[in-house]
Amino acid sequence: MADLTTNFLGIRSPNPFWLASAPPTDKEYNVERAFEAGWGGVVWKTLGAEGPPVVNVNGPRYGAVWGADRRLLGLNNIELITDRPLQVNLDEIKRVRRKWRDRALIISLMVPCDEDSWKDILAKIEDTEADGVELNFGCPHGMAERGMGSAVGQVPEYIEMVTRWVKQYSRMPCIVKLTPNISDIRKPAEAARRGGADAVSLINTINSITSVNLDSFSPEPMIDGKGSHGGYCGPAVKPIALNMVAEIARNPATAGLPISGIGGVTTWRDAAEFIALGCGTVQACTVAMTYGFKVVQELISGLSEYLDEKGMTLEELRGRAVPNVTDWQHLNLNYVAKAHISQDDCIKCGRCYAACEDTSHQAIAMGPGRVFTVKEEECVACNLCVNVCPVENCITMEPMAKGQTDPRTGQVVGDYANWTTHPNNPAARPAAE
Amino acid sequence: MTNSKLTPGIVAGRLPAPDYERNFLDHTPPLEVHEARVAADRCYFCHDAPCMTACPTAIDIPLFIRQIATATPEAAAKTIWSQNILGGICARVCPTETLCEQACVREVAEGKPVEIGRLQRFATDYAMEKGHPFVREASTGRRIAVVGAGPAGLACAHRLAMKGHDVVIFERRSKAGGLNEFGIASYKSTGGFAQREVDWLLQIGGIELRLGAELGRDFALQDLREEYDAVFLGVGLQGVNLLGTEGEDLAGISNAVDFIAELRQAEDLSVLPVGRDVVVIGGGMTAVDAAVQSRLLGAENVTIVYRRGQDQMSASAHEQEHATSKGVRIIHNAAPLRLIGKGQVEAVEFAYTADEGGRLRLLPETFTLRADQVLRAIGQRLTGLPDGIEARGGKIGAAPARVWAGGDCAAGGEDLTVTAVAEGRDAAEAIHLHLCGL
Repeated sequence: MADLTTNFLGIRSPNPFWLASAPPTDKEYNVERAFEAGWGGVVWKTLGAEGPPVVNVNGPRYGAVWGADRRLLGLNNIELITDRPLQVNLDEIKRVRRKWRDRALIISLMVPCDEDSWKDILAKIEDTEADGVELNFGCPHGMAERGMGSAVGQVPEYIEMVTRWVKQYSRMPCIVKLTPNISDIRKPAEAARRGGADAVSLINTINSITSVNLDSFSPEPMIDGKGSHGGYCGPAVKPIALNMVAEIARNPATAGLPISGIGGVTTWRDAAEFIALGCGTVQACTVAMTYGFKVVQELISGLSEYLDEKGMTLEELRGRAVPNVTDWQHLNLNYVAKAHISQDDCIKCGRCYAACEDTSHQAIAMGPGRVFTVKEEECVACNLCVNVCPVENCITMEPMAKGQTDPRTGQVVGDYANWTTHPNNPAARPAAE
Repeated sequence: MTNSKLTPGIVAGRLPAPDYERNFLDHTPPLEVHEARVAADRCYFCHDAPCMTACPTAIDIPLFIRQIATATPEAAAKTIWSQNILGGICARVCPTETLCEQACVREVAEGKPVEIGRLQRFATDYAMEKGHPFVREASTGRRIAVVGAGPAGLACAHRLAMKGHDVVIFERRSKAGGLNEFGIASYKSTGGFAQREVDWLLQIGGIELRLGAELGRDFALQDLREEYDAVFLGVGLQGVNLLGTEGEDLAGISNAVDFIAELRQAEDLSVLPVGRDVVVIGGGMTAVDAAVQSRLLGAENVTIVYRRGQDQMSASAHEQEHATSKGVRIIHNAAPLRLIGKGQVEAVEFAYTADEGGRLRLLPETFTLRADQVLRAIGQRLTGLPDGIEARGGKIGAAPARVWAGGDCAAGGEDLTVTAVAEGRDAAEAIHLHLCGL
């Protein structure tokens, strides 16, 4: 079994799997169950300033998108930060801390955007002995309308300012949680770094309406005939999260800034992908809300088996994919591939043909007896046939070797060359004479 | 081929040569990778899962299926083996239709359970190729004698060896495996699987196998108690119940368990003799296995006769359907009155029965079945109970100090491979606690 022990900002945990700040980490009872099940750490559900407790709706808080067989693919929520009194949370955090010294215990915070509010809450959490704080600049609903959550996260200057206060008034490591509801994720990450953040975590949930009820004509989840946007999470958001994580990992201004990856982590493989893009820990939530805390056992055994098979340590996996994330103009235009259909594996459904003939390049031929073959002189290797084929590895993309002639273009496959030097690129400059 | 299905008497070679191979193929072929992924995808990962509760070894079924679904079959196998070291054979022989799959919420909801048994086989087959997954703990210097190399003995020995104890298994037969090797239908465990599994299990180390050593003949329980720190008895049931009817000494009458064992050990099935008209008396899995295999060997007429109703048969509905699909006829509510013949059995006379609140009454009406071979399958019993062992319901109820028992020979639990594994494993845990003074 590979060693999954993780050290993130000096915070140790037996594995890199943390539960994200959310309902599963709202109280001692849940967190204890999570630790018993094997989770490496938790980010305690967001605490607010002292005062009258937060009020939640009394109807549905969650909406969902399902796949066939009701597999939960996406979840959205309109729940607010903790609605329990601050002192109750602090007492429970303290108890959990003393009982579970080997787990990571981070406190998520969200208070109004003024120095005193932050100074005050930081003082109050000091003696919980928590490992660090996560600044909730991400929540897109309910709190944002009160000038908190994503309302702060969408303004880099506010992020920098608040982060600076936190570093000034607390000795704790500070993780800044970013909202994806923004056009360029690098800007808030850069602001966090300027403010002195020790790490960023992302993504928080995405503004969403999961569905519209076609009888009552209200968005779901519906509260008394009305609905409001909620924060979307779960398997569906993973690709968005991976891209944002990669953007920060490869941005020179934020490269090396520790990242806690969040967004649709459902299996060990998802977690491994986040780690390969540079994440020190991964945070999960929807998977636990769907299957219970025990699911962490699959994350542990799966990541461990993968590392053993690769003969790799967790550290060696970390960031391994980052150098391979590049911009479009640097992709090799002389990489030429052709689709290949394995006749042994083909079940003759014709989906590849329909996709290619109707919507792509008319590069698949349908012969007598429903035999489907690739017309290499038409195939641009777009990969659509691979993606719609129901049989795994039946259609594959076979790269052409250097020196071969592409039957589509009549050009010989050459060495690496990208758009920046392509003759059709008006901005391309000839090499210096 | 000199004989055919119509040749009278008990003869070999009733079928054309290729039919033997085809008839005894794996009756539930293994899942392909894609099939396994699709099958695994149906699991709901239930909380406190009913399938897990229904499994005598309490395998964490939702977890191992999720591990298959996430393409880590080795992790899945380890989840299985940490509870049931004979998970490979259990995947083949467990009556899953009355255990885990019966409890599956999808069986309840849709009448179509997750294919737990086949998924378990998928994972264990894959991972067995990769070697043995467990490592022994440091040696404790303690020595334990295990009597019987069946599922209970093997499970007990493996768990003890894992914990660092040294184990000697005494097995009266020439091969280890017990009923896995000698007692189940060939098409349930093809390709010498039972022996491969034993070899793989022994890779844990610290287990010495002494074959041809029989309790009561070659050594006494007292010898083991003196020489070893603890003793585990997993001797199974060696006695076979007799019909107790007139004519039972005629030629052509034998025990179904012996018929099954002989078939399992045969190198060439075409030399195995079988009757033209075979009558199997009994209602359990042994009866079904013997009857189906008689048909597969080329018997023309095979009939299972059971003295009570269908719902009382210990062979599951699935097993019964399998038998009838192979052309076996099952007659319920009939008991043998006498076996008829001159030297060689020729027929069996039965009386119909009525079940009166559990008590069986013979009705006046009778019928006779032609039979040149009769197989007894009305249960096995414990024989040669060693001194100091107390019997309860014909099984080992209580044992003297430092002696444990499990499997079919011990009271409690169904007589199933998976139950034997659970009992062997649990006895090992108890022995370990005892020896370590915990």
